[in-house]
This record gives sequence, structure tokens and C-alpha cells, in this order.
Amino acid sequence: MPSHSLPIHSLACCLAAALCAWLPSAPAWARTSAPSFAGVIQEVQPKIVKIFGAGGFRGLEAYQSGFLISAEGHILTAYSYVLDSDVIAVTLDDGRRFDATLLGADPRMELALLKIDARGLPHFDLAQAATAETGSRVLAFSNLFGVATGDEPASVQHGTVAVKSRLEARRGVYETPYTGPAYILDAMTNNPGAPGGALTDRQGRLLGMLGKELRNSLNNTWLNYAIPVEEMTSTVAQIREGKFIPSSAGDDQSPPEQPLNSHLLGLALVPDVLERTPPFIDAVHEGSPAAAAGLRPDDLVLFVNDRLVQSCKTLVIELGQIDRADKIKLTVIRGGQELIDVELAAPDEIQ
Amino acid sequence: MKHAPPITPRTTPRRSCRRLASLAVLLCAVPAAQCGLAAAAEVDQAVLDAEAQRVAVIAESRQAAVAIFAASGQGGGSGVVISPDGYALSNFHVTKGAGDWMKCGMLDGRLYDAVIVGIDPVGDVALIKLFGRDDFPHARLGDSDQLRAGDWVFAVGNPFLLATDFHPTVTYGIVSGVHRYQYPSGTLLEYADCIQTDASINPGNSGGPLFDSQGLLVGINGRGSFEKRGRVNVGVAYAISINQIKKFLGCLKGGRIVDHATLGARLTSQDDGAVIVADVLESSDAYRRGLRYGDEVVGFGGRPIRTVNAFKNILGTFPKGWRVPLTFRRQGQTFDVLVRLSGVHGTEELLEKMQGQVPIDPPLPEPEKNPGEQPGDQPAPGPSDRPGDRPGDRRRPRPALPQREAARPMPDVVKQHFESKRGYANYYFNTLNRTRIHAALTAHGDFSSAAGEWLISGQLEGAGDAQFHVSDQQVSCALPGGELTLDASGDLTSATEPPGSGGLLAALYLWRRLLVLGPERFGSTYYYGTMPLAGHAEPVEVLVGTYGGVECQFMFDAQSGHLRAMEMFLDSDGDPCELYFFDYDKLDGRDLPRRLDVRYGDNVYAAFELVDFTLDKAPED
Repeated sequence: MPSHSLPIHSLACCLAAALCAWLPSAPAWARTSAPSFAGVIQEVQPKIVKIFGAGGFRGLEAYQSGFLISAEGHILTAYSYVLDSDVIAVTLDDGRRFDATLLGADPRMELALLKIDARGLPHFDLAQAATAETGSRVLAFSNLFGVATGDEPASVQHGTVAVKSRLEARRGVYETPYTGPAYILDAMTNNPGAPGGALTDRQGRLLGMLGKELRNSLNNTWLNYAIPVEEMTSTVAQIREGKFIPSSAGDDQSPPEQPLNSHLLGLALVPDVLERTPPFIDAVHEGSPAAAAGLRPDDLVLFVNDRLVQSCKTLVIELGQIDRADKIKLTVIRGGQELIDVELAAPDEIQ
Repeated sequence: MKHAPPITPRTTPRRSCRRLASLAVLLCAVPAAQCGLAAAAEVDQAVLDAEAQRVAVIAESRQAAVAIFAASGQGGGSGVVISPDGYALSNFHVTKGAGDWMKCGMLDGRLYDAVIVGIDPVGDVALIKLFGRDDFPHARLGDSDQLRAGDWVFAVGNPFLLATDFHPTVTYGIVSGVHRYQYPSGTLLEYADCIQTDASINPGNSGGPLFDSQGLLVGINGRGSFEKRGRVNVGVAYAISINQIKKFLGCLKGGRIVDHATLGARLTSQDDGAVIVADVLESSDAYRRGLRYGDEVVGFGGRPIRTVNAFKNILGTFPKGWRVPLTFRRQGQTFDVLVRLSGVHGTEELLEKMQGQVPIDPPLPEPEKNPGEQPGDQPAPGPSDRPGDRPGDRRRPRPALPQREAARPMPDVVKQHFESKRGYANYYFNTLNRTRIHAALTAHGDFSSAAGEWLISGQLEGAGDAQFHVSDQQVSCALPGGELTLDASGDLTSATEPPGSGGLLAALYLWRRLLVLGPERFGSTYYYGTMPLAGHAEPVEVLVGTYGGVECQFMFDAQSGHLRAMEMFLDSDGDPCELYFFDYDKLDGRDLPRRLDVRYGDNVYAAFELVDFTLDKAPED
């Protein structure tokens, strides 16, 4: 099994590097910074929206944040259970409420694109987005804790990019399917309701989207981060072109009469000993569909038919939702590096 | 005398401190090496100036901060001095843990005794008074309505009760949002119209000041969104706005337990965004002023209303009893009225809820059950441990816990300034203010020697002669419309004459009674505090007296001490008879009003010009 923990000393070095980096840059900041950010904030806040959907029980908040990326009402937000609802309500900064359509979502990036029926809206232009480096001073906009309702403006926090790093290093410790670059922040930005919020520089230019809450299961620390805009632009464009299938489709199907299971595919998972045992493949039977598809022991299953599986238990549940006559797509990660998509199906003779 | 606060670090926190310290060394080592380079670099003068200004502002503001420690050694929090004679603000949930008096450490290294003065349990505000100086460094009050999201602010306080040397901790941040509404926590502690900041606020910061970048006091920190991440800063904290506290301050100084207000109407939002009256109590003043089901509320307290939250925000900033402008629309017509706000709670109900209120902060450890505990034991679980976290949660590092001590006796200076009475935070301060008001009143003339019949003659504006006879037994009037007599020796609750006045004769009787007897002998009397006189901005000081089953509010000019107005309530669910006194003039060594306006409900009943007063001495027996 690959190692998932980032050694503490390297983290400390990252932090130290972050501290060093902004020291000499202080004069540059001072020249561009006004005594208050009120002006910049007033320009950004109309682009932030409050999103209300599923949830509202067992510590799952029924709200999150998002931001407008077109004048016609395209909204970029985090892909989460909140959007898994028949009615996704969006409240604009001016208090107007809309029902939103989920145009598409990328479960791997954990982003979703919503659309409301409106015109002439203030918005961020993804093509004009900025980038930040370690030490850049930033503002985070979100409706964390659902503080704002109606026409009340979203909350804003200030902070610094502690490091720009790949989330991959934290895989297995922080549970997230996204392993690409992220802005790691020194501010407490990623609270309930904050996912989908906007990270901007201190001129109000979009830098990224606040991610979902991530907690290190080993030491209970929380990660505050944002996904850089440049990582999301092509996916967003694909969704706008209609290439993504809304992944909430087909959720309410009843389980098939002849469900699939891992033995039929020739897979054995690692023993399910933890509350959330990562779904690593323990063994692949020779001559099985899994072997034919090229799966190997120690591969970690990330998605089944583009649906995220976070544990052995959820993998078993997901497979149980699939009819054994159907082909399935598995996405696995190998050696902590390589993402591999395979298609396979249970052998005919067993049916 | 200097007391070290009874706080002893335990072994467990100490060990983790050492670990933290070594981490800090590791982190600091590299930047320190880089500092040489940074210093060599050209630093913009504007940056140096800004830094110097910030350092100066913080240095000054820190002096007014107070580290509050419960006299029992159990818990504490923060506060801030707001006057040279030692009045200081904190949170109700801090002082509730401390009790009637507390020890307050300040930056000068001294530990001052302090006593509770007044509390606002719903708004989570407490006023205390420190003793020992008449030149306390104190914060200047700012205008929190001028704050905008993005403004720099800083918090000063005693997080984790770290200020064992009384040196407060300063944390810096920006305003994350203004006019926030936070639902009541438990049964009380509603934060309306509060300031949201990302400055670090931790347990122990409660009650401490939030300053703007000029060093003006804009709020009292009291609440954080401690939900998932444990009881530490999550970048979201709320401060009670100083503008709300300003409205309550006069009432708090009177030693009272001050209730918040209700309009007596329930509002809802419609799909089109309009805020509509869904329900209105027929006994409420709002109903009597014409507010009905279905009306659209568009303004309240001088601010526009676009959401129900905005309404709740504004309502939450007013004490019970204030009259506040309300604007509503019906069928295209707009109405501007002044509504009297009633209390959210009954008196007993509020006292009961206060008892039940669980302090949310700061950490108040359980008393040590076993005094022979071995050092190094884990501290007893306090209210800061939250159940329901994931399995595998480690015990979070906890602050050093004060050792429990036997209850200390109240110091003499506190004893001299404290009087316990049910329904009051500290009755001493209510008596103090009643005495002060009475003294200011008698400075304008001695009425105690005029205990006989009063004859007042003058003109009813535009209608002819008017004459009043007021004595201990009865009141009579001769007006252009006729003559009336009221027997005032018994119950007054049905004394509505003359018709349409709301009880002018009874009101004149009570007016004379207050002047002749003074507040202490008038009946049952208490000092309310301050409120704006109807339709005016400047506050008046209010005494509330009850006699003959009738409640009467006497409103005094805060500067001159003259009686400006009085409102007499024959029925607590009805409109009062309002008397307004103008044009005070000296007559035989006594200041008397030359003009009297009488209002009842929405109408002006009469305006009198008072030409002559004959105030007889008490009849000889």
C-alpha cells in the first residue's frame, strides 16, 4: 500500500516557506491595499449566491455557497448532497430567489454547474481569473453557517495562501477524490455552508472555489483550501457544452433483481475492518473480468460509474445498485499517481 | 494589594505547551534568518506609518481591557472599561458564571474589585463597576452602524483565561458582515444586529471589546459558530453592536435586569419579498396604532425593512418600553406611527429563564470532586467537551484551570455598592439613581412644603378659561365644557375623566403627589433608565411609579432635571394619558411649567397655557 501521510517536517517546511515568502513582499501589498476592503467587497458580493437544497438533519447543512460566472445565470458551486434535491433554490445578493437547474457535475473535481433563468447579472469571468502564489493575500466569500438570508450579503474573511500544493499528498488522510493543485489557506474558510464560495485576490479577482469540508481523520485538523480556477475551466466548459450527464440522474431507481457484486467481477477487497476502510483491491482472480480489464491488487477504487465510493461498504452498496447484466465503469488510482478507467461486466454464463 | 489570580497550570497543558513552543521555534527559525534581508529591503514609508499607527491604537486600546476572573476562581472572561469612574461592559454569560462580584485585572498590573450593576440577559450584556480609581483608562464608544464588511477590527481579551499577568491578547481581523441575526442560544442570548468578524475569538474572549482601526469601541465579542470544530476559533465570531448597547446602557446603569422588546405582531415574507403582518395581538400598541393583518411593513426604528431578519435585527436592539417609529403600507397608502414596545417576557418568566440558562462560555470546570487527585490527571470534563464527535477524537488541549477555592467573602467596597433585591441585578444602583433624580428635581424647587391644595389657572388654547384644584383627597377642573371632580382617595384605575383625556385629573393628582412626596414616598417606584421622549431623539431619564393601581412613567430631562413628560396607564393594555410640560419658569422659588399639552392615543386632547399657580402649605392640624 502506498503511504498516505505527509511527514510533519515537510508540512512545517511548507509553512515556513509561506512565512518567508510574504515578508519581502509587504511593501507591494501596502501600495495596493486601501485601509479597508469595503470597496472591493461591495463589488464582489453581488456575484456570490446562497444555495439551498437537500439536508437539514444529522449535521448535514441544507445550504452552501456559489458564484455567478455568466450574465445569464450560470453558477459554479461545489458538488455535494445539497444539490441532490428536486428543488435547488438560489438566492442572489439582491434577495431575488430562483429555482436552479443542475446542468452537470464533475464528481472528481467535486464541482457542479447550476443555471438560473435571469439576465444581466454581475458575474466573474473565468477567462479573466487571476492566479495566486504562496504568500498572496486573499479574501474568501461564502455563506458559511448560513449566516446570511434574503438580501443579506455573504460573509467575507481575509487570509493568506499558505502554500499552493497538490491535495494528492493528503489523500487517504483527508477524504477527497480531488487530488489536483489547491490553494491551502491560513484562514478558517472551509466551514459548513462555505463549499462553493469564491476565493479572490485583494482586488476582487477570482482565484478559486472554496472546497468542501475536509478533516484529517488522523489528527482531527481541518483543511482550509480552494480549487484554482485554471483547474476548473475546461470541465466547466464541457458541462456548458452538455458533455456531462447530471450524476444525480437515476438516483431513485429501485435495486435490480439480480444485483452485481465484487465476486462476480473477480475482485476481492481488503478486509473491511474500519468504519471507512478505503476500497483497495486485495486480490484479482485469474481469468476473471477484473483480470481481463487489467485491474491489479493495491488499486484503490475511486468511482463506480462516476459515483464516488469512499469505503468498502459504499463500494458494496454501489455495486448492489447495478444489474449484473450491465457493463460498469470503474475508476481506480494506482500507485497513488495514475488514474485508470476500466470497463467490465460479469461473465455471461453466471447469469 | 495584588492578588495573583488563582490559576495554576496543570501538568498536561504544560507538557503540550512545551511541545508547542518547540514547534514555534522551528517555525520561527527560518523567517528570523530572512528578517535581515527584509530589513535591508526598502520599506515604503506608508507601510511604516500604517504600522506605527496600528501599534499606537492597539497600545492605547489595550489599557481599557479587563480580564475578569470569578471571585470563586471558577472561570472568567473579558470586559472593557467605558468610563473613568470604572463602569465596564461584559457578557451576561460571563458575569453569570462569576456571580454578584468579580476580580478584574487590567494592563496596569492591578487587580480591581468589581460589582455587577445591570444585566441584559437576552442581549447577553452585563454592566459592571470597578472600584479603586476615578481615572480608569477607558474606551471611547464608536458608531457601529458605520462599519462595513472589510473594515479592519481587532479584539482584545482574555482567551483561554491566558491573562494571568493581566496582559490582554490582541487578535486582528476584518468585519465579515454587519447587521447579522443569530437565533437565541438555548432560551435566551439572542444576538440581533450583531457584527461578524474573522478575528480570532476563543472561549474567554467573551465580553471583551471589538475595536475599529481607530481604536473606537464598536462591539462586545460574545459568540462564535462553535459547531463542528470544537470550542475554538472557526473564523466566524459575533460581537454585540455598541449601538445596541448604547440604547440599553441607561437601563443597565439603574441596576436592572433589562428585558428586550416585542412589537406584538408576527411578520412573514411573501414570495415577492414583501414583509407582511401575519398576526397582530389586539392588546398590542401596534394594533391600537392601526397595524392590521396583511399590512406591509416597510420601515422600523428609522431603517428600511426588506426581510423579516432585518425586522428582527432592529427589534432586538430595543429595550422594553421604548416607542419606536413604524412605517407600514395598506392599499397604496403609507402610515407612519410611533409604537410602544412591550416586553418579551413576564418579569418572573425572565428570572426563571435566567436561572435555566446554561453558560456557553467560558470554560467553567466542574468542581474537583477529589482534592487528593494526582497531578497529571485529565481535567474533569467541563461543558466545553462536546459529545457526538467522531470516534477517535482526541481530547483537545485545554487551558489551565483555576483551582477551586472556598467562597471568598465580599470585599467591603463591594458590600457598600451592592444590595440584593428580587428582580434587580443590583438594587443599590437603582436607589442611587432615584436619589439622584430626586435631588435634581428638588434643586428646581422645594415642593414638600406645598402639601396643601394647588390651584392652577390658565387658558385652554382657543377655548377659554381653565382651572384645576389638586389636593390630597380630590382633583377638580373647570373647563369651558363644564366642571368635573375626581375623588382620588382610593383606587384610580377607572379614573378616566375628563372623557377623551385618558385620565387627565388622575394624572395631575399623581404629578402633584410625586412633586410633594418625592419618589420614595410616592408609592412603589423604580428607576427605569433612559429612553427617547416620543418623537424626540435626545433621551430622557424615567422613573416608574405605581400608586392606586395605576402605573405612571415620569420623564426627566437628562440635563436640566426638569420633568418633561409623564405617561399614566390606567390599563396596562390601553393607551396612557400623556402630559408634556413646557416653558419652565420660576414662581416663588419653584420652577413650574407655563404650558401643558395633553395627548391620548392618536389625539391631542388639549393644550393649556398655565398662567397662575397657588400652592398652599399643608393645612395645620
